[in-house]
Amino acid sequence: MTMIEGADAPPAPESLLAAPDQATQREIVGEIEAIQAAHAKAVADGSYRGGQTLYDFPPYRSSILRHPTKNPKLVDPETIELTSPAFGQRDVAAIEADLTLQHSGEPLGERMVVRGRVLDGWGRPVRGQLVEIWQANSAGRYVHKRDQHPAPLDPNFTGAGRAITDDQGWYEFTTIKPGPYPWRNHRNAWRPAHIHFSLFGTAFTQRVITQMYFPGDPLFPLDPIYQSIPDQHDRDRLIATYDHDLTEPEFKLGYRWDIVLTGQHRTWFEPEGDH
Amino acid sequence: MIVSTPEGQPIPGTAGQTIGPFFAFGLPYEGGNEIAHPWSPGAIVLSGTVYQGDGNPIPDAMLEVWQADADGTIPRVRGSLHRDGYGFTGFGRTGTTDDGRYLFWTRNPGPTEPGRAAFISLIVFSRGLPDKLHTRIYLPDDEAALAADPFLSSLSEAERATLIAVRTEDGGLRHDIHLQGEKETVFLAY
Repeated sequence: MTMIEGADAPPAPESLLAAPDQATQREIVGEIEAIQAAHAKAVADGSYRGGQTLYDFPPYRSSILRHPTKNPKLVDPETIELTSPAFGQRDVAAIEADLTLQHSGEPLGERMVVRGRVLDGWGRPVRGQLVEIWQANSAGRYVHKRDQHPAPLDPNFTGAGRAITDDQGWYEFTTIKPGPYPWRNHRNAWRPAHIHFSLFGTAFTQRVITQMYFPGDPLFPLDPIYQSIPDQHDRDRLIATYDHDLTEPEFKLGYRWDIVLTGQHRTWFEPEGDH
Repeated sequence: MIVSTPEGQPIPGTAGQTIGPFFAFGLPYEGGNEIAHPWSPGAIVLSGTVYQGDGNPIPDAMLEVWQADADGTIPRVRGSLHRDGYGFTGFGRTGTTDDGRYLFWTRNPGPTEPGRAAFISLIVFSRGLPDKLHTRIYLPDDEAALAADPFLSSLSEAERATLIAVRTEDGGLRHDIHLQGEKETVFLAY
């Protein structure tokens, strides 16, 4: 059970002091639960017509002015949208998949490997396509001028990598496990540890940017970004699986994470034909 | 998650998440906005501003375009991440500036099928946007093709206007994106 601090939480560092009108964590969780309950009801009575991620999700405060208010227009994809840019080894050097080798020294933190397959909605491998990742360091700090979190930068870690999937759709990155970090969405807001993933499929409509999480994170129920996906099953699919067979003795821990690119706005389980 | 569904069985897709605020060191890259080499024959500037609901520009959005070449062929050329200065890969990526602006060097795409209205496929990502948004940037020149387009014809005049770029005096394209508000851009689902 996750304990939630309210107004009696200890003071945060000055740079993270919340504005007085910011919501508490408890209020944010209340908002999340209300939206998800309404969503579950809409799914149950068949009136939900959106995708897997909710665009209109006010607990994620910066979405309030940035989400479209009108429904997207359902359109038949044309030729250009059914194809995808071509990437290859000319674009990406093999060493770009190892984020621990980009500087003269070893980065601090828990060395890990994440390996998985990129598949289409029929389980077929997405071959020769670009996978990109970016992430915070082990202390939860990004190499970004706007990141003011008072945690140390690591001179031996940048946190960005690229890879091209092989003939079976496999990708693999060696990196450092990122730390959780605070943000200013609400009072005492913390993001669960995550790695940002960017993927291309065989059609431009399959383009996905998402986040991979780690099993067992106590911050999941508190995080309005993770919870902007209302279905528990969809959320679970963003969590990597620890794989001891992938772990290398005395060197690095192994995680498996597969990604499925369908390019479909609606889930497979809704009736077709009522577009 | 490990996907174990046997091949041939439909699998639901992996859900998208926001790009967040800190993508600048990971995704945009040098030359990302130069789909066509600047000032090369046929190169034009496609530019505009990305706005949020209160009319303020968005300084932390990222745009990706994917398009046919001038003769309507789909580029199969690699090297979008390392431009060679002459090959046309059809793919570009750029972040918005502090005042919400974006700029691509590209070419006018031709229609991929004869007589169809030509457009550039665009994806918008942004901090504060929970998932990607697809839209199209139609070229304004071929009015007959635009008038005959079944998708554009299904829209109101105001909606249609959000999808058609403006031709600038120097032959470029000007196109603003509004994530929300009165001029909200029409976004697409497939």
